[in-house]
Amino acid sequence: MSDFLTNVNADWFRSRISGVIFCVLAVFVVLISRLFYLQVVQGDELRRLSENNRIRLQSIDAPRGLVFDRNGRLLVDNRPSFGVAVIPKDARPMADVLSKLSKLLDVPEEDFIQKVKRQQGASPYKPVLLMQDIGRDALAAIAVNKFDLPGVTIEVKPLRHYIDKQFAAHLVGYLGEISAAELKMKKYADNRGGDYIGKFGIEKTYEKLLRGERGGRQVEVNARGRNVRVIDTVDAIPGYNLHLTIDYEVQKKAESLLADKAGAVLAIIPSTGELLAMASSPSFDQNIFVSGMSHKEWQDLSTNPLRPMENKAIQGTYPPASVYKIITAMAGLEEGVIDENTVFECNGSIWYGDRAFRCWRRGGHGAITLNTALAESCDVYFYQVGQKLGVDRLAWYAKACGFANPTEIDLDHESSGLIPTAAWKYARTGVPWQSGETLSIAIGQGYNLVTPLQQLSMISAIANGGRLMKPEIIQYAAVPENDLIFRPEPRELGVLPVSEKNLEIIKKGLWTVVNKRKGTAWQARLKNTDIEMCGKTGTAQLVGRARVKEQDEEKLAGHLKSHAWFVAYAPAENPEIAVTVIVEHGKHGSSTAAPIAREIIQTYLLPDKPDSEEMVKR
Amino acid sequence: MFDRRLVQYFDWPLLIMTVLLCGLGLVTLYSAVTAGIPTPQQSLVYRQLFWFGIGLAAMTSAFLFDYKSLDQWANVIYVLCVVLLVCVLIFGKQAGGSKRWLILGPITLQPSETMKIGLIIVLSKYYSKVAHNQGLIFRELLIPFILTIIPCALIIQQPDLGTAIVLVLIVASMTFYVKIERRTFISIIVAFTVLVPLAWIYLLKEYQKQRVLTFLNPDRDPLGAGYHIIQSKIAIGSGMLSGKGFLKGTQNALSFLPERHTDFIFSVLAEEWGFAGSLVVLILLAGFILWALHIAHRCREPFGIILSVGVTAMIFWQIVINICMVMGLMPVVGVPLPFISYGGSSAVTVMICIGLLMNVSMRRFMFE
Repeated sequence: MSDFLTNVNADWFRSRISGVIFCVLAVFVVLISRLFYLQVVQGDELRRLSENNRIRLQSIDAPRGLVFDRNGRLLVDNRPSFGVAVIPKDARPMADVLSKLSKLLDVPEEDFIQKVKRQQGASPYKPVLLMQDIGRDALAAIAVNKFDLPGVTIEVKPLRHYIDKQFAAHLVGYLGEISAAELKMKKYADNRGGDYIGKFGIEKTYEKLLRGERGGRQVEVNARGRNVRVIDTVDAIPGYNLHLTIDYEVQKKAESLLADKAGAVLAIIPSTGELLAMASSPSFDQNIFVSGMSHKEWQDLSTNPLRPMENKAIQGTYPPASVYKIITAMAGLEEGVIDENTVFECNGSIWYGDRAFRCWRRGGHGAITLNTALAESCDVYFYQVGQKLGVDRLAWYAKACGFANPTEIDLDHESSGLIPTAAWKYARTGVPWQSGETLSIAIGQGYNLVTPLQQLSMISAIANGGRLMKPEIIQYAAVPENDLIFRPEPRELGVLPVSEKNLEIIKKGLWTVVNKRKGTAWQARLKNTDIEMCGKTGTAQLVGRARVKEQDEEKLAGHLKSHAWFVAYAPAENPEIAVTVIVEHGKHGSSTAAPIAREIIQTYLLPDKPDSEEMVKR
Repeated sequence: MFDRRLVQYFDWPLLIMTVLLCGLGLVTLYSAVTAGIPTPQQSLVYRQLFWFGIGLAAMTSAFLFDYKSLDQWANVIYVLCVVLLVCVLIFGKQAGGSKRWLILGPITLQPSETMKIGLIIVLSKYYSKVAHNQGLIFRELLIPFILTIIPCALIIQQPDLGTAIVLVLIVASMTFYVKIERRTFISIIVAFTVLVPLAWIYLLKEYQKQRVLTFLNPDRDPLGAGYHIIQSKIAIGSGMLSGKGFLKGTQNALSFLPERHTDFIFSVLAEEWGFAGSLVVLILLAGFILWALHIAHRCREPFGIILSVGVTAMIFWQIVINICMVMGLMPVVGVPLPFISYGGSSAVTVMICIGLLMNVSMRRFMFE
């Protein structure tokens, strides 16, 4: 380092500058030559192209992914629709073009003028959409008069088409035009004004997969704005096709069984968590969201007291009613409060504090074990179990069975429901927990609120040996031309807090519910087949029995009638399907909900057999 | 230590060329933000004028002290610049998909710009000490390599490919200038020709390859870079021999060039002033570079010479990359055109570089 000055000096450095100067000059000669080539040699051609912006980009929409059921039946596709647009800079004179168009399309000229005015700030080469989804006749009329209509273009856009009207409307969802607020959101960064995006259901949650990627075309146009040649095209990348876990036949059956009722029907494969059906009634026609609905249609949908826009399977919360006795039984067995042989005496009611808590059977069930208590849904038995456990221990078991938590299904607006604890009540109302309230909780009344999907997850976990699975809606997503695939893995969210032995005791009780004459769902059993269904009925009272003297459901006003629950799985050994049914104001789980569950199970397990009811009649 | 020779040797030609080019820049910028645009943004012109004012002050402070004292401060300056780059990645402001700016109270700083100067200074110091007329060998190239790779890696994280490329070109120019030993040079070339295909085959994933190919050939992206290049070429070519006239450009009015007042400003200039006007600008830019090299040539001590060459290389490469890009000779990378493009940090950096050139020029007869 010390002798650097002896190695080189300034003169040596200076001598190298001339080489640098040569390089610099050479580069500038290249730059000037290129400039000369562009401006002088190619100048005429490039100036021609610069007039009226001859080279333009045209966007190509990506076809949105299709939706299939689990057996490959097409549920949702896209149909072509034609829109009329005008490019302000090419339409000269604008007034003439608009007046001719208004005559051809039979639309007041004023409408078009307004639409053009609204886009005045934007680039004059950006097409202004005048009218969407015009019919074939109007299309033909414009095509014939094309040369009289400078600057007018036809935009072919795929429009979403829900093939089976109302089919799984809440699950599939619908598209709508992107809003100004959504346009600013990061997740819609690739979208532009006027795009249709998923607004509800899987159309929304799987928007990213379904959407695909927009393509475009670089074209040269003539002075009137017509394409002269296509310079280059980037094809749009179609969205993934979604293959749902939903079984078309089962879903269809569920919807037909709910046709004149309000409620929900759910079916699932217990081992994997694949949903076979998710029906919510009443339903709606998704196509009117895409093609534009009238004010009255919207009024009807939004003010209907039966809430057709709500997905009752995940948004509706109801008291779990006697279905909850499964939880109380589980907690009792696990905590050692009862065992298989514990007997309680039911006299039709039990005195606790200053009031009588009634059993639904006024005469009482007599001395019974857990198995009979489940089968006959004895309230008094579970009052006593609940009372020994206390509200907080019951709540712990309920939460471990998935209640009070979302099931993590890939749909928006899922409710969590509510499982009360003493602390919760005190924080909420300032009043300490009354031990009498525990008795109501133990039979699924009181503050308890659950969604039908939570009930399904629970019964499905009972069926599969105790694993709480995330309910899956899609089997896989794929693009037809290549093997790009997205496939969700079955995901276990937790394990039921129950030993194998105790689970068997509960399952035996659920078997007795359906398969013994004394069981509450005996009437709803599958007849003429050796497939055995297991289940639990529930009747969610909306008014306390103590307050309403009327004991006969038939005489209650419609909106006070109890909700009917039934949760079930089948076959009893190695279950292949689990079902949850709720019918709002359906009175009794045993008479209203259980037969629906039976039909669903039959449709899935015995698709070729006619309804067993009919067989019996014959 | 005021010396009257400082005034006597003040570099007037350099100042005059600088003022001329900045003036041209403002006029072009005015057109770029006005002609055919529904909502003109003339406030940008005033802001650029303000930045030139700041740049003038920075330039002055860059020639007031003796540049030889930079030799002692080189390492500190370099480390400070690297720290700022790290800060950008942590606290930087996100804009348009990249994190390039630091907000310090009222001013927004782009540390990748100051990094260029920091790197030039630290390399000038190093090369002025190790250079010898046999040329640099591997061992001596290791330190410059490390000094370059650190800021480059940080800048690519932002990501700002253009600035990283300029950084590499500056270092390459300075290193070639101080000479690489022949066998070392040949082995570097051989290593590259072997390693690049290997990396291409084994290291890059398919989508990365696609991205590189599209970068090298914008025609593969007809809706993005390819379209910009075509429109830019149309704009330049449509200027023809004498141009469409000031504020008469039409391509400018289209939304095809989102960067028309920054990276693509040369196409606005060429469209309005034609071949004649563009030629004058190019000659002026070439004259500026040659004069800067002349300053290096007149200097009598290695540090000053290498510093001048480095600073000149920075301005030269930015000019070449930017103009080649808008004329479709090179991939589209975000490099502003010195003096002409809108942008505060870039303008101030160029002015500091000019200040350093003046510094070297003024003190060409002073030796301690």
